[in-house]
Amino acid sequence: MVELALPKNSRPAPGKTWPRPPGAANVREFRVYRWNPDDDANPRIDTYFVDMSDCGPMVLDALTYIKNKVDPTLTFRRSCREGICGSCAMNIDGTNTLACTKDLAAISGAVKIYPLPHMSVIKDLVPDLTHFYSQHASIEPWLKTVTPRPQGEWLQAPEDRAKLDGLYECILCACCSTSCPSYWWNGDRYLGPAALLQAYRWLIDSRDEAKGERLDNLEDPFRLYRCHTIMNCAKACPKGLNPAKAIAEIKNMMISRQA
Amino acid sequence: MADAGTRPADPQSRRPLSPHLQIYRPMLTMMMSIAHRITGGALYAGTLLLAWWLIAASTDAAAFAKANWFLSSILGRLILFGFTWSLFHHLMGGLRHFLWDAGRGMEHPEREYLAQATWIGGLALTLAVWAAAYAMR
Repeated sequence: MVELALPKNSRPAPGKTWPRPPGAANVREFRVYRWNPDDDANPRIDTYFVDMSDCGPMVLDALTYIKNKVDPTLTFRRSCREGICGSCAMNIDGTNTLACTKDLAAISGAVKIYPLPHMSVIKDLVPDLTHFYSQHASIEPWLKTVTPRPQGEWLQAPEDRAKLDGLYECILCACCSTSCPSYWWNGDRYLGPAALLQAYRWLIDSRDEAKGERLDNLEDPFRLYRCHTIMNCAKACPKGLNPAKAIAEIKNMMISRQA
Repeated sequence: MADAGTRPADPQSRRPLSPHLQIYRPMLTMMMSIAHRITGGALYAGTLLLAWWLIAASTDAAAFAKANWFLSSILGRLILFGFTWSLFHHLMGGLRHFLWDAGRGMEHPEREYLAQATWIGGLALTLAVWAAAYAMR
């Protein structure tokens, strides 16, 4: 359902302004979404100041600075700090991206940081991704075959392998799905860009033998066809992938199998 | 750990929904999608207006004069201008979706060009039609 406004308990209130680092000349302002499950309060936006002469170049560096030097209660996911694990996906300066690969120099003014949009918040910048992961599982992201197993591995021609480029690189960070208005309004039934890009990755794998079954599973007014080519997914993807195009290709597969 | 007895309700049910439309930076392609919906809705109203004018024309001179009077008033012309724009904007959006449905023009920067062509083309065609209409008067 389209609900433009946030529920009452979700509307952020002005938060605390934390002290500036004493004596720092090069200071940057950060406005960060906070929500604590251990009290009854609404979410709030806290303001922090980071001494940039003592901080790395990326948004994740600044978050780590805040957690280490200003406010240890600030909660966020992070792991690899180089754009391969997808843990630190969040909404930064209005778009979804990875905090570890988002350059602070590319943002003008105060840096606004929110959790991934339209998600259930566990704490601060940590959203609940349970439903997102189960949608990925629902497209059965593994090789399905009926022919007898070969002696060695399932072979694939280089040109067939090349079809997986631009798809296999997905790190399931959820930046795309949570940037999609269709996913915001119908995320319970619409699979969203990430799961559909993965669905396409298995649909065009030359070794996979369950194409018909996979398409049957997607032939649904919501699961696939809630994509209205809004393109936020392709613009948000921190790996430069194009879920919108993958979805268009699935829709074309649906049509060509009817012919 | 807080004592379970003093905790309000189930923590999962109290979880807030993170901000979405309120904080997402407006993307041109997203704006064009929203405009496509709005203009599509407006076309229903415009079509009713057109139907009224045609029915009036086939009824009698008095009914036609009434419809014509309204549609050529300042307000009527503004509404007609909006109808024309909705029609052309929706048409351009339809062409864009036609290309995208074929899997073309979806990469960067082509998708941005197509989104720009939608609003520029819609506006240009609207102005061209109105300029032609006024020139012929």
